[in-house]
Amino acid sequence: MLTKRIIPCLDIKNGRTVKGINFENLRDAGDPVELGAFYARQGADELVFLDITATNEKRKTLSELVNKIAHRINIPFTVGGGISSVADVQVLLQNGADKISVNTAAYKNPQLINDLSKEFGSQCVVLAIDTRKEEDGEWYVYLNGGRVKTNTKCLDWAKEGVERGAGEILLTSMNNDGTKQGFALDITQQLAATLPVPVIASGGGGTVQHFADVFEEGQADAALAASIFHFKEVDISQLKAFLKDKDISVRL
Amino acid sequence: MNIVIVKYNAGNIQSVLYALERIGATAVVTDNVEVIQTADKVIFPGVGEASTAMHYLKERKLDEVIKNLRQPLLGVCLGMQLMCAYSEENNTNCLGIFSEKVQRFAPATPDIKVPQIGWNNIYNLKSDLFNHLKENSYCYFVHSYFAALGNETIATADYVQPYSAALHKDNFYGVQFHPEKSAEIGEQILKNFITMQ
Repeated sequence: MLTKRIIPCLDIKNGRTVKGINFENLRDAGDPVELGAFYARQGADELVFLDITATNEKRKTLSELVNKIAHRINIPFTVGGGISSVADVQVLLQNGADKISVNTAAYKNPQLINDLSKEFGSQCVVLAIDTRKEEDGEWYVYLNGGRVKTNTKCLDWAKEGVERGAGEILLTSMNNDGTKQGFALDITQQLAATLPVPVIASGGGGTVQHFADVFEEGQADAALAASIFHFKEVDISQLKAFLKDKDISVRL
Repeated sequence: MNIVIVKYNAGNIQSVLYALERIGATAVVTDNVEVIQTADKVIFPGVGEASTAMHYLKERKLDEVIKNLRQPLLGVCLGMQLMCAYSEENNTNCLGIFSEKVQRFAPATPDIKVPQIGWNNIYNLKSDLFNHLKENSYCYFVHSYFAALGNETIATADYVQPYSAALHKDNFYGVQFHPEKSAEIGEQILKNFITMQ
């Protein structure tokens, strides 16, 4: 039986992980390769590396890092952050990334999704959507790391993205992100019940119960989190044991 | 030990190479016929589309080369599908090493997402390829097409219906999942393959 996936997300700047991380048994928790390998040993099902570097050297540093990760890590990983062309993706895949995620650039140029899926296959194109629920009760798409609002509804953009060839949706609720109060179950469920591709829920996971909720009520195929894993508030192997106890299918 | 990875127009070749490195093996990536024919072990990887891949292989006469190899060969994902008789993916006649046909999963719906992406358990393990593995070990799958169950099935997985997670005939092995991305389980399978007699 296909299992629900647990995905730690590592933010990368200039080749190093950002956000304070305290792992005493890691030689260098600021090294994305070390940290990724640590999560893989703990039972993470996949990893996401999100590059937030904004310098001109970005491309070269990132492709070198991806190559190091690919040598070391024995589970699939996705790379995202500022990817805006077929050429960008070519370099990352050649260096060993399994999937890439696109966000703002795909919204501004939706044809990018068609081009990427045609060139590399839908299975490696993840459409990341940042969304916020407004006072009118609707979920809208936000761009540029949540700084720019659009008038497009989240579900509409997700559907269009899938029609254009996105193989997975990475859905981040800005209302929930950082709150540790649980995932946005309503919009996650809406997307999961509507789209023919997997939905990865992100934003708000704070306890093991939140993960059970997003898989059961939210019907998510995978759940992503960052700081709760980095700060060991939730341990991946314990999380999976908890989910298995709840009869949720996980890889142990 | 001389391991060759068949180079063709498919993705994930690097990933297979790196996975071999992690278990202490080195491999050559090549489409040179002589190098392939004289290898001890051959890996036929692949992420991509069936008809384009078959076209590429035929152009370089690699289809005949692969079919006639006598050393252990391991096809991975699309590689395994190309070793079957036929694929529904753009109605492609494949290598015909395995007699199974490759079919598409039922049209994607919110209940049946296609491609299948993620970790699934493999069972009814019937090959040395799975030495030291427990029944229901988890492997990483990414695919929209599958080979049905048949006489050559040596591992089964369930998605919509039971299907061939692995096939074996004579010196030919194929796995639908990605051992190169399947953590310790995948590494064990690769070790089993490269130490096979």
